[in-house]
Amino acid sequence: MKKTPIYDLHLALGGKIIDFGGWALPVEYDGIIAEHNNVRSAAGLFDVSHMGEIEVKGPDAERFLQYVLTNDISAMADHQVYYTLMCYPNGGVVDDLIVYKYNPEYYLLVVNSSNRDKDFRWLQDNSSGQIEINDLSDRYALLALQGPKAEVILQELTDIDLDGIKFFRFHPELKIAGIPALVSRTGYTGEDGFEIYVNPTQAPLLWESILEAGAKHGLKPTGLGARDTLRFEAALPLYGQEISQDITPLEAGLGFFVKLTKDDFIGKQALVSQKETGIKRKLIGFEMIDRGIPRSKYEVEVNEEKIGFVTTGGFSPSLNKSIGLALIDSNYAQEGAAIEVIIRQKSLKAKIIAKPFYKKRYKDQ
Amino acid sequence: MKINKDLKYTGSHEWVRLEGNIAFIGITDYAQSHLGTIVFVELPEVGEEISKGAPMAVVESVKAASDVYTPLSGTVTAINEELMDDPEQINSDPYESWFVSLELSDSTELESLIDAEGYQRLSEQEE
Repeated sequence: MKKTPIYDLHLALGGKIIDFGGWALPVEYDGIIAEHNNVRSAAGLFDVSHMGEIEVKGPDAERFLQYVLTNDISAMADHQVYYTLMCYPNGGVVDDLIVYKYNPEYYLLVVNSSNRDKDFRWLQDNSSGQIEINDLSDRYALLALQGPKAEVILQELTDIDLDGIKFFRFHPELKIAGIPALVSRTGYTGEDGFEIYVNPTQAPLLWESILEAGAKHGLKPTGLGARDTLRFEAALPLYGQEISQDITPLEAGLGFFVKLTKDDFIGKQALVSQKETGIKRKLIGFEMIDRGIPRSKYEVEVNEEKIGFVTTGGFSPSLNKSIGLALIDSNYAQEGAAIEVIIRQKSLKAKIIAKPFYKKRYKDQ
Repeated sequence: MKINKDLKYTGSHEWVRLEGNIAFIGITDYAQSHLGTIVFVELPEVGEEISKGAPMAVVESVKAASDVYTPLSGTVTAINEELMDDPEQINSDPYESWFVSLELSDSTELESLIDAEGYQRLSEQEE
C-alpha cells in the first residue's frame, strides 16, 4: 500500500488504517460518528493526500479544457475553482474533479485518486494544440480542514486575511505556519472549510501545526469514514456510486455543472440528446420507514418491480436515521412516494425525500 | 480488550453463556471494537431453528453489515429486543448484550467452544 507523508502521525494518533484504493489511510481515530458530529459542530482535519493533481498549461489550455470538461471554463476568473465533470462521448463520466485556474494558460485539476491514471491518459489522448499535461500528484500533499471553526483555526497560522478567500476561490501561495501552501475554500463535507496543498516534505509539520492551533477550538483528526458520511448527508456525489461511466451527470442531478449551450465538448451530443428525449433515470434521496440500513447496490422496487438501485446508503449521524441515495426510473421519482428497498431478500418500506439530507453551510453562498 | 472468565468463546469472536440446556450468545469485546459503532441489529425470530455455522444475526456499523454466525444448533427461545432499540450497548457492554437464547439440540457441539484463556491467546495472535 502507498503511504501519505502523514502516515506515521496517523499511527501515533491511533488511526485505524485501511486499504483505501491502494492507499494506507485512517478510516477513523475515535469512531466515525463522533468524528462526523465534531466536523458539524467544530472542525475536523483530514489527510486526503491520495487525491491526484494534474496540471494543464500552455496557450491552448483553456480551449482544451473547455473541450474535455462539461463546465464552462471560459467563465472562470483567475484564482477561481470550479467543480466539473469529464465525460465520455456517450455521456458517461470519466471522473468528477475540481479545476483551479491560475491564469488562462495554467490550470490545476484535482481528481479522484482511483481515477488518476485513467484521467491522465484520457487528457493526453484527447489533447491537441499547444498544451502540456503533467501528473503532479507526487508533488502535493493535501489536507482538508472542515467545519464551522475552520476559518478561526487557520487564521491563527497565517497573516493573510482568510475572509478574503471566498467560497470556491483560492490563494495560490500563502504561508500557513510558515509553510508555503495553496489554500482554497472548498471541501467535501457540506461545511465551510479549506483544502490546503503543500509539498509532501512539509505536510507532517503542517498537520501538527494545524492540530495544535485547533485543539482549543475542538479540532480533531478525522478519518475517511466520516468524510464519506459527511459528503453523503450533503448529497455530494462519489465517483463509482452516484456517477460512473454508466451514469451520466444529468441522471445524477448534476446538470448545473454541464453547460450544454457552450461549444462542442466531449459528451455534449449524447447529453443534449438525453435531455431532449427525457432523462429516464433520476437520483433521489430516501429514508427508511421499516428498520434496516440500505447499502450501495441494493435493489429498489415498487410493487415488486425493480425500478433502480441504491448508490449510497447508510446511517446518518446528523439525522440519526437510515437514509440513502438511489438511481431510479424517473417515473417514480416523486417526493413523498413510497418505494421498497431489498435488504437481505426482504422488501422494506422507504419513502422518497428531498436532498440534500443536510443543508450545506458554506460561506458566502 | 476485555474478556469475561465465566464465558465460553469461539474463534469467530462470539461468546456463549450456558444456563442448563439454554445458551445465550453474543459477540465479544474484540468483535465490537473491530466493527466500530454499531447502529443496527437484525435478529432471528423466536421459534426459528438454526444450525451451527449458519448466520443468526446481522450487525451493522456505519461502514458495513456483518453476519454473526451461531456456534451452536438449536431453537431460538428469546431474542434481546433491547438491542434493536439501542444497538450501541453492544459496544459499551458486549458481554451483557446477548443476541439470542437457544435451546440446544446437540450438546456435543459445546465441545468445540474454547475457554477464556484459549480465547485470549487466540485474539492476541490476531491483533
